[in-house]
Amino acid sequence: MAKDDVTNNKITSFALPEESNWALDVRSKALEWIDQNGLPNGREEYWKYTNPNSFNSTRKPVKNEIDPSDTKPIFNDIDCIKLVFIDGLLNIDQSDGLINAGLEIEPITEANGNENHWSKHCFGAIEEASQKVVSKTLASLNTAFAVQGLTIRITDKVSKPISIVYYHTDEISEALIHHVVKIEKNAEATILESGGISSRSNCVMELLLEENATLNHIRVQGRSHEREAITYIFSDLERCSSLRSFTLTVNGKLTRNEYIVNIKGEDAKAHVGGAIVGDKGFAHDDTVFITHGAPNCESRQVFKKVLKNGAKGVFQGKILVKEGAQKTNGYQISQGLMLDDDSNFLAKPELEIYADDVICSHGSTCGEIDPTALFYLTSRGISKTEAQDMLVLAFLNEAIDEIISEEIKLIISKRLTDWMVKRHTS
Amino acid sequence: MLHINNLKVELEEEKKAILNGVNLNIKAGEVHAIMGPNGSGKSTLSYVLSGKEGYSVTDGTVSLEGQDILSLESYERAALGVFLAFQYPVEIPGVGNMTFLRTALNSQKKSKGEKELSSADFLKLVRAKAKDLKIDAEMLKRPVNVGFSGGEKKRNEILQMAMLEPKMCILDETDSGLDVDAMRLVSEGVNALRSKERSFLVITHYQRLLDHIVPDFVHIMADGRIIKTGNAELALEVENNGYSELLAEYN
Repeated sequence: MAKDDVTNNKITSFALPEESNWALDVRSKALEWIDQNGLPNGREEYWKYTNPNSFNSTRKPVKNEIDPSDTKPIFNDIDCIKLVFIDGLLNIDQSDGLINAGLEIEPITEANGNENHWSKHCFGAIEEASQKVVSKTLASLNTAFAVQGLTIRITDKVSKPISIVYYHTDEISEALIHHVVKIEKNAEATILESGGISSRSNCVMELLLEENATLNHIRVQGRSHEREAITYIFSDLERCSSLRSFTLTVNGKLTRNEYIVNIKGEDAKAHVGGAIVGDKGFAHDDTVFITHGAPNCESRQVFKKVLKNGAKGVFQGKILVKEGAQKTNGYQISQGLMLDDDSNFLAKPELEIYADDVICSHGSTCGEIDPTALFYLTSRGISKTEAQDMLVLAFLNEAIDEIISEEIKLIISKRLTDWMVKRHTS
Repeated sequence: MLHINNLKVELEEEKKAILNGVNLNIKAGEVHAIMGPNGSGKSTLSYVLSGKEGYSVTDGTVSLEGQDILSLESYERAALGVFLAFQYPVEIPGVGNMTFLRTALNSQKKSKGEKELSSADFLKLVRAKAKDLKIDAEMLKRPVNVGFSGGEKKRNEILQMAMLEPKMCILDETDSGLDVDAMRLVSEGVNALRSKERSFLVITHYQRLLDHIVPDFVHIMADGRIIKTGNAELALEVENNGYSELLAEYN
């Protein structure tokens, strides 16, 4: 099928929502962008290692067997403001109230219906601006057609985390979700996302961090083996703001997580990281693009992937330091731990630097479990399986350590340990 | 305690013979030292006894208290009471020293059918043992051996030994990389563990360690065999004259 046919089939399978205002203009513009650029195909450099076809496809997603742990939200024991989506649809009844001190949360369609809504300057705008270097038309597709999602505005320091919980109950379900988040000047929040969204999903999150704003974002993706997901985090960072985003991915047939970070103000910090565990038909791709557009900023990328039974892990990470962005401190590490000879780890670290007083480093390694360390542990009486699990967890810990909250770190380590133990006993 | 009978071992991949018929009999409560020139097979012996992969036993037997251990995995031997203090303790980033110690101790307790230690009891125990070895709390919190000095690593080995209370302790060049004070501290740790029920096999290049840990027997190893056995005097002889005379005698 020719590229245009693929694109046309896909976009005609949706209808633009019946909005008659600024939002519809944004959506129409996104649609135009897709028309001009087409949906991605495997011949593009940006999609060199991961085949985008199933995201472009109009066929129904493959039937998913729902993983039992997807029905038990990981962050349930934390005191938080809970927002529930079931098979990609916001469920108001199961969600906590949308208005709390220091924050305003609305369904995206409601916000889009408001002529003077704050999200007017963010919805589709942060995404669009991030497409100038590399087009990301699957994100445009989301902007054009997504009617599910939230607008979240943080105006103060919000101590309770905002927990977005996705329940996946329909074995053949597809979802487009679009969140817009603004953390205002001096405000601070933690946003948690957890669970399997749907059998196939396309999620966009646009983030604006104003001066001195802080956002901690921790995401745990669903575990269904057949699940396919593409996610985009587009973020603009103003002066002195700080973004930390961490994702745990276990299982799933195909996952592509993109992080596009634009550092626009001085003294801002962006940390993105992920811990990934893949088995058998698993393909997982982290694609990161961090632009340093202001001096004295720091960015960190830490991605660790454990792969076995022919699983595939991909990392594409770029740091672009623009002219004048002096004293930039950019760090990037991606590592694959292969538990057998059949798995693949593909990494493409890139640096593009137009300033002469910067520190930028990147590293990528791929290896197996260190037999000496394994022997050391077993020589103390720890069984081989347990010793191997300890070393796998230790490997992933370096990424998990990027999370600030000790409580959340523990929850994530514990969940990983439980999964590993369960794997041995089942 | 430990019976090694005509043990022949080669490197699995290279098919290169390293041990060419080792015979050794260690009774409960005894301390045996093995000395020998580089490449004589001392470290290989310690690895084979503790079950490291990569070696194949081509002949002979090894038993601990009458039970064959060569067919057992490394962790099973540990549960029976074999302990190897490593010449180069391994750094394991991402695994906390405390977690490691507790997992090891409880794994062994589990396989012996004993009750696992609670966090509180474990903490109490590890603190007391660490204090004796002058290991501070900060060191316990760090990842296993990461950023430890040479002396700290060796003290950490002895701490593990003190926690796990093995029957058969094998010390592989525990004196290497230690200054005089550290050697005394480590030796005191070892001596505190000496008992009628516990045996030691001390592998060393130098006699000076044996001033601190006085052995009942000294064996000289060369070319994968024990070529001479004596008492502590033998170590002094080696220190003064080197190995050449002994080797000439053997050949």
